Amino acid sequence: MSLKSENHIFSDSAVQLDVLHHVPGNGQDFPEFKEKIKSTGFNPLRPYSIRIFQINVGKMCNQTCSHCHVDAGPDRKEIMTRETMQRCLEIISSHAFDTVDLTGGAPEMNPNFRWFVEELSKLKVKIIVRCNLTIIVANKKYYDLPEFYKKHKVEVVASLPHFSERRTDAQRGEGVFESSIRALKMLNAVGYGIENSGLELNLVYNPSGAFLPGPQESLENEFKRKLAQGYDIQFNELYAITNLPISRFLDYLVASGNYDGYMHKLLDAYNPAAVDGVMCRNTLSIGWDGYLFDCDFNQMLDLKVSCSESQHIDQFDLGKLQAREILTDQHCYGCTAGAGSSCGGQTA
Amino acid sequence: MKDTYYDPKDLDKFGDIAEYQPELAKKFFSYYSDVFKEGALTAREKALIALAVSHTVQCPYCIDAYTSDSLEKGADEEQMMEAVHVAAAIRSGASLVHGVQMMNKVKEITM
Repeated sequence: MSLKSENHIFSDSAVQLDVLHHVPGNGQDFPEFKEKIKSTGFNPLRPYSIRIFQINVGKMCNQTCSHCHVDAGPDRKEIMTRETMQRCLEIISSHAFDTVDLTGGAPEMNPNFRWFVEELSKLKVKIIVRCNLTIIVANKKYYDLPEFYKKHKVEVVASLPHFSERRTDAQRGEGVFESSIRALKMLNAVGYGIENSGLELNLVYNPSGAFLPGPQESLENEFKRKLAQGYDIQFNELYAITNLPISRFLDYLVASGNYDGYMHKLLDAYNPAAVDGVMCRNTLSIGWDGYLFDCDFNQMLDLKVSCSESQHIDQFDLGKLQAREILTDQHCYGCTAGAGSSCGGQTA
Repeated sequence: MKDTYYDPKDLDKFGDIAEYQPELAKKFFSYYSDVFKEGALTAREKALIALAVSHTVQCPYCIDAYTSDSLEKGADEEQMMEAVHVAAAIRSGASLVHGVQMMNKVKEITM
């Protein structure tokens, strides 16, 4: 069940932000993120050229993962309408974005998902779908998704937090690992992840607990070895993503007594080199209802872009968005820790 | 004096050993850092070796540190417990192999 359905205090983003501003040792020991980046030459943080148009088509999902920053689940009904998708298509067709990145929830559960991908594929942009894998085997109406992705040359970025069933199921729910393996085999069967097929299958690793991801390349090598040996599965790249302390992961951290330690771990691992490549500098995030955000995490904290004249796709103004100041807060320490973290993995 | 010899917070103060002997501490931490870099062995393999050794030397600081480090490097519970069994096997094997010495002595002094 989602935090929202439970009426959990963390379903209120203001409460989350308040908690994030009260790390024990706050003040001298725990600096404001804004001050931290200022001290390392980023004042304010502004975008480079916006290249990626990331659209969250809804919070509905067949899973209820324990770390989900979207608080997604089967009980979430907020999904993007066809009219909003149409407006996105108009914006994409009149601007030079490289990539359209579709996320959710499980984006495939939006009833207009396939129509949207078909229309996007006419616009000659790279299309990424962030797939939770299990949706492919959840119902026979989704069994042909690998073929559908192949037809439209979609890059599939699939969540698989670990090659261990225990680690994966602990984070994503019982039986998820087994279903994910079945889905990966279906993707491999149509060519995804197979060398020289031109069909990209990238996996997302994120720690299943209160620790940071290790070096991406090393994790990728181990995933490749384990998935090939154990299941005869191939993939292209592994993206190592840090869990940001918001929503369900924040709830986990607080409930398990790991909150203080995790926040200090993020602070200790602060890396100015990672700031340079954070995703908010080249990505714009669009919510299910058409509002604009600096990233998917700010979207879930309801921190809309700072330029009040262009906060919704109905008033889209790339010039103003390009010149805006990126909103940051304490959760941003998650993207600047260690080798950095973004939707495309490490940044430094 | 604290009531217990071990305090988890002391691990964060490891660097403080430099206070009484900076030169040797600097050499030690530099060496330590180099040892754990990716080399002929991966950083994950080194973390698992460190985890096993931590159990052998029974250092609670090290067990904490290398449990986290092993997880961060992508190891799972099965690999980590196998590493501890390697430590246990060597430790128990080291006792048992001395059984041969005992047997030798028995044979030497008995009819």
